[in-house]
Amino acid sequence: MITEKEQLVSFVLHLADDSLVLGHRNSEWTGHGPILEQDIAISNIALDLIGQARNFYQYAAALKADGATEDTLAYLRDAMDYKNALIAELNKGDWAVTTLRQFFFSTSKFYLYQQLQNNSDTTLAAIAEKSLKEVTYHLRWSAEWVIRLGDGTDESNARVKTALEYLWPYTGELITPASYEQAQPGIDFAALKKNWTNHVLQVLEQALLTPPVNDWMQSGGKQGIHTEHLGYLLAEMQYLQRSYPGCEW
Amino acid sequence: MSLIELEKIFQDKIDKEIRIEPKDWMPEKYRQTLIRQISQHAHSEIVGMLPEGNWITRAPTLRRKVTLIAKVQDEAGHGLYLYSSAETLGISRDEMVSQLNSGKAKYSSIFNYPTTSWADMGAIGWLVDGAAIMNQVPLCRNSYGPYARAMVRVCKEESFHQRQGFEILLVLSRGSEAQRKMCQNAINRWWWPSVMMFGPGDDASPHTAQSMKWKIKRFTNDELRQKFIDICAEQVKLLGMTLPDPDLKWNAAKGHYDFGAIDWTEFWNVVAGNGPCNKERLEARNKAHDDGAWVREAAVAYARKQKDKLSQTKVA
Ligand SMILES: [Fe+2]
Ligand SMILES: [Fe+2]
Repeated sequence: MITEKEQLVSFVLHLADDSLVLGHRNSEWTGHGPILEQDIAISNIALDLIGQARNFYQYAAALKADGATEDTLAYLRDAMDYKNALIAELNKGDWAVTTLRQFFFSTSKFYLYQQLQNNSDTTLAAIAEKSLKEVTYHLRWSAEWVIRLGDGTDESNARVKTALEYLWPYTGELITPASYEQAQPGIDFAALKKNWTNHVLQVLEQALLTPPVNDWMQSGGKQGIHTEHLGYLLAEMQYLQRSYPGCEW
Repeated sequence: MSLIELEKIFQDKIDKEIRIEPKDWMPEKYRQTLIRQISQHAHSEIVGMLPEGNWITRAPTLRRKVTLIAKVQDEAGHGLYLYSSAETLGISRDEMVSQLNSGKAKYSSIFNYPTTSWADMGAIGWLVDGAAIMNQVPLCRNSYGPYARAMVRVCKEESFHQRQGFEILLVLSRGSEAQRKMCQNAINRWWWPSVMMFGPGDDASPHTAQSMKWKIKRFTNDELRQKFIDICAEQVKLLGMTLPDPDLKWNAAKGHYDFGAIDWTEFWNVVAGNGPCNKERLEARNKAHDDGAWVREAAVAYARKQKDKLSQTKVA
């Protein structure tokens, strides 16, 4: 029997992993962005996401109360224990993949945090409220890019179409709750799905894009069954902590 | 007014510490010297993102990861302010960027060295940002207004970077044997290139006198270098580490540290393009620029379409 507390820990870790993994991916752009202002913008989003991840990890560590810290949770868990949605771990790809992924992701977080900021769990509510301010900006920024690329040049339109074909199968997981999410009180997942779909379709239309007809959806990330990309990400991220165990940094 | 009169008014302003602003008359050589100096400085900020960016995905804790991203992002911001202040002198950012990418423009040679361990993030902060501050604090009072104002913002952030870097080394110096080894190794590799960041000795820098007269330089290379060495020679003791210079010794008579001979052959070699990472750095900048071309084109095309739509609705 899984206890309520275990469900809550899984939920908080899922939120943390989502933010950390996507933040890490976005930080791969730092120093390599298509234009200086956007290099700064994507680095900012990376910073926000990793900041959110830290808040969630710290809360998870407090709930676990077994000596875990934000860093043991981030650096000493294996891929099978990571609970991020698959879409977060995919390689950063080109600017179309990066911004469209951010848009799908931020839309789901926007509606989730909007609900979560009123949650009876006051710690979660506080983190959600703070994160919502940042996510509101990420959502606007990424939607603007999706529209700009879709309605820009022939090349940018073709690229964002390719990105859409690639990413679409990974969006289902963003609006399909895992059991530990469903176990949380006060979250209306049906509303979340409806809001997500409406907003996404509206922005895609503005970007002159239509979702692929094939509606098969990938899943597994939230349960620890990942793509091949995550292993490499973690190998890189965890390298120092794994090579020199028990050190202060 | 004759050229001689204009030049006299100009130099009088400088002597009286009155800032030169973009609309003021200035000698062509002053303008060109500033364009070169500011754009080189901007390029250094941008190329400087690469060696440290190399460790973002491997930073050992979440706190370190966040501060490292923020630091590298700060450097992008510095590049941005500096490109903007150079633009006030009549050169476009596109032109400066293409000078960098073609290899025509120079940037600080220090960024042509590789970052091979985590300790390099500490050594760069402590030594490289430290040397940069030493160079840049006097520039906050340089005679050209937009440059001086940009430098005030830059310097505030650089001193943060330096403290963070030193703190990274401090933690390593108190850590395991492997960490202490990492720490000393990074100091060994970064020390001499940092000392060289002040540029050639005064006897080999022909433009110093003119730049000092124009107050776009306030101290000579050797004065700043000595100041840097004096400070680092003390700080390294707090780390329980050493600087890789057997001739480093306090000279009570001079009130300064004596130090060993600088290998200028290495310096000029790296400047000439033969440093360990010159090719990688330029390639990385060019790749980012080329890969980003379609993104920039899309942004321009979209903005134009929006503008057209707007003017159509106005007509209608
Ligand atoms: Fe800087
Ligand atoms: Fe810096």
